[in-house]
Amino acid sequence: MNVTIVDYQSGNISSVINSFTEVAKGKVNLEVTSDIKKIKSSDKIVLPGQGSFKSCVDSLNSINGLVDSLKETAMTNKKPLLGICVGLQMFADIGYEEAETKGLGWISGKVSKINNQKGKFKLPHIGWNEIELQKESKIFKDIKNKSHMYFVHSYEFIPEDKSVISALTDYSSKIVCAIEKDNLFGTQFHPEKSDKNGLKIIDNFLKL
Amino acid sequence: MLKNRIIPCLDVKNGRVVKGINFVKLKDAGDPVEQAKIYSDGGADEICFLDITASNENRDTIIDIVRKTAKECFVPLTVGGGVRTIQNITDLLLAGADKVSINTAAVKNIDFVKEASKKFGSQCIVVAIDAKKVSENKWKVFTHGGRNKTDINAVEFAKKVETNGAGEILLTSMDKDGTKSGYDVDLLKAISKSTNIPIIASGGVGTLDHLYDGIVKGGASAVLAASIFHYGEFTIKDTKEYLKSKNIPVRLQNA
Repeated sequence: MNVTIVDYQSGNISSVINSFTEVAKGKVNLEVTSDIKKIKSSDKIVLPGQGSFKSCVDSLNSINGLVDSLKETAMTNKKPLLGICVGLQMFADIGYEEAETKGLGWISGKVSKINNQKGKFKLPHIGWNEIELQKESKIFKDIKNKSHMYFVHSYEFIPEDKSVISALTDYSSKIVCAIEKDNLFGTQFHPEKSDKNGLKIIDNFLKL
Repeated sequence: MLKNRIIPCLDVKNGRVVKGINFVKLKDAGDPVEQAKIYSDGGADEICFLDITASNENRDTIIDIVRKTAKECFVPLTVGGGVRTIQNITDLLLAGADKVSINTAAVKNIDFVKEASKKFGSQCIVVAIDAKKVSENKWKVFTHGGRNKTDINAVEFAKKVETNGAGEILLTSMDKDGTKSGYDVDLLKAISKSTNIPIIASGGVGTLDHLYDGIVKGGASAVLAASIFHYGEFTIKDTKEYLKSKNIPVRLQNA
């Protein structure tokens, strides 16, 4: 099996590479690239994302043909794709970080700043929080409800269709922290930094 | 509910842990990678390396340590000490650090914080503030590992780093550091109340109650300590169980 971690020069993806390498050991052929041919021929895609929504979208768009090939692989050919953090947020139609920016539009919804109740809650939402499972999701196989995951973000994805939500987390309000829609998976938290539970999620994704 | 983080800090000098002793299981007490792995396996919420190597020539040593640690520890890794340029940050992140902590360079040039957070995202930029009390409820910023005094008001500086994009503040009391007499709770409170980003408390921990005070009285989101963990006085597990018994929200291991 070929799994591609999309390297589009946005933010730090070393931890994603390290954790996937650890889990994939000898079982999966892992590529870290933005090479369109390789993306199109891979069985699974990991789309990380750090920094702002705008900077990530801009970086994706700056690589000729990348968005189209991701779309073809995930939306037409229905290959499993896992978005992490801003990688998940970019599934939305629109994001409001830095400036109003068009997202990939794969799952209807928007990305807005977390309502921290006028400063009552600190932002970014940094640290370990529990996930509340909302439906069965393949990447949460053997993950207990209320497991802790590592978060660091100030913006949240708000999908129009609530049935795509696979987990919420409780901060200043209930925040969407994982989605599953057909072959599309996304986590707002960082499985690559979430200790054994996080590695289990990666393992589940690789075993799909 | 968001949990308060417990962060063991390892002081690294020329590639070796300073003060690192007393772990029965350790083959090499001075090996930062091995020690970080023990903390991570024990349930540390994050690992912090502070590179106190004096010379620039040995910068590659910390990079190598980070690279090895990041392949074995799957919790966030923060690295500080001598972070002065965008290239320093790039090197550390590429090696596998999740966050870098900027100290003197932030005091010298606040635009560096701005530039770094814009380039890498606020999530990976921690500003470390070393502060010393000058009068009642007044603290000044120190630089160069506490050796140089500035005339900068610590509370004002904290607000400034927030405005310029820092994602967190690592706040060390120079009065308390190394004393084992507890955090400067007033300092923590003053800065935690005047900013809206998470504060990591540092400097002075001698007992587990000090960690409790940092969170409850000081308003810290995370507590950092070095010697109570290094000397094996308390394990991360003991610490979390104690804090939990006092109703502090913590992440117990593998939960």
